Amino acid sequence: MEDGEADGTEATEPLPAWSLDDPGRVASGPLPDWPIAIDREWAWGSSTGRGVRVCIVDSGVDGGHPLVGGVADALTVSVDPEGFADVSTDTEGDVSGHGTACASVIRSIAPDCEITSMRVLTRGKKGSRGMGVDLLAGIAWAAREGFELINLSLATTRRRFLESLYETVDAAYFKRTMIVASANNMPHPGYPWRFSSVISVASHEGTDPLQFFWNPRPPVEAFAPGLDVEVGWLGGETIRASGNSFATPHITGIAALILSKHPGLTPYELKTIMRATASVPATTEAAA
Amino acid sequence: MSEPSEGDGERAALATGILAGAEGHEALLRSIVEVARSIFEAKAASVMLFDAEADELVFEAVVGEGEDTLVGQRIPSDTGIAGFVLASGEPLVIEDVNTDPRFARDVAERSGYVPNGLMVVPLMRGEMAIGVLSVLDRPRERFSSAEMHLLAQFGTQAAIALDLLDRSRRAQGVLEGDEPDGGEDDELAGLARALGQIEDPGRRRAALDLVDGLVTLLGELQGPPTIRFRER
Repeated sequence: MEDGEADGTEATEPLPAWSLDDPGRVASGPLPDWPIAIDREWAWGSSTGRGVRVCIVDSGVDGGHPLVGGVADALTVSVDPEGFADVSTDTEGDVSGHGTACASVIRSIAPDCEITSMRVLTRGKKGSRGMGVDLLAGIAWAAREGFELINLSLATTRRRFLESLYETVDAAYFKRTMIVASANNMPHPGYPWRFSSVISVASHEGTDPLQFFWNPRPPVEAFAPGLDVEVGWLGGETIRASGNSFATPHITGIAALILSKHPGLTPYELKTIMRATASVPATTEAAA
Repeated sequence: MSEPSEGDGERAALATGILAGAEGHEALLRSIVEVARSIFEAKAASVMLFDAEADELVFEAVVGEGEDTLVGQRIPSDTGIAGFVLASGEPLVIEDVNTDPRFARDVAERSGYVPNGLMVVPLMRGEMAIGVLSVLDRPRERFSSAEMHLLAQFGTQAAIALDLLDRSRRAQGVLEGDEPDGGEDDELAGLARALGQIEDPGRRRAALDLVDGLVTLLGELQGPPTIRFRER
């Protein structure tokens, strides 16, 4: 805990807009004094993500997009004022393009993983008052269903949801569901990406989809390509998009490769393997 | 209305001050949008305010393409990219958009201008998004993290200006409203008047922070939400 952030929620310093502009300040290469070498070949060599179930909690996913290549299920959740959540088949599809973009990135890295869409953003009334209860319900549902991975390129800024999110995200962690969550691009707090039970992701400027760095100074833990990323969008289109939202599914995809080759890893084991196989900056990259 | 009283005079002075404040804040907001457009060498830039009651986004400041027609126009708050950014509180930068019919269609129909790319950043008041800043069609170059930082900074600045403008208008609305009738609104009107009478900028900022804290506290009085799933 030498880097502070003991409780994972209260920042004592101003929050920067998180992204990696200096690859020199990352934790990479072999783990110090680690008795067994872990390299990428051992971690995910020849893996395609087969057998790993990924839930994308987002704006919906266009399963028909050529870069997505189908989804196992497309669902949505709505929560009534008493807190009862109804999960139903999603007939709206992707309401913004964002979820489809995330799915296309995951698929590009782990082509055989199974993708389920849980839409928590809505069209129309009440869709615009800030993320909150639907996001919470979406995560809770995915954890309950036992997905190995949840891609969360979303956050809530509302402190009212902190306590419930804590419980939900910890419950996911204990059930071996790894939540991969994008850090805010903006200097305002967001949740649950600041929790230590998730992998939080921000952007670096590289273009190699398998290049990712590990941060020795959390709360952001991983950096992946998030600028000018080619992604699937609405209407079968392909666009270029920037933001930590698009860095996050890179890490989800790599995590799917690892979990496919090594089923049953706990979230902390998965994190350790990702730390051990993180890219080495600059000229020594080839060794990673 | 009865005979003019000393209180009416004070009220008129206050209203004049608030009105002048609103005009100044509009000019400030427009200048921020103008600088954002210049720095990014973009074709257009705008700020939209979220009208929660109508669940719509209202164009408050527009520079470049659409500046003659868009101010005051409203679009549904879930429209396209702006709607996503408002709901998610996350900035989004997308480029090379060509064919998507849902992409900013409402805006395009009103202005006759269909952008090929845009950057949208949420404007936050405390933990809630109160609007969005959009920058349309920057030159086609690889987007950098430095630009993302810059965009976030403009977002912070525009949010302050939009917040001030919104508060001025609300205060104005309270002052122009009905006579006190002893209801809940009078308590809120009294709060707005008390705020309006603080002239020192530092104390005024502190007072606004206090109100934000109160809003957060009131939100927390609702208690943490619990989720129970109905079996399918």
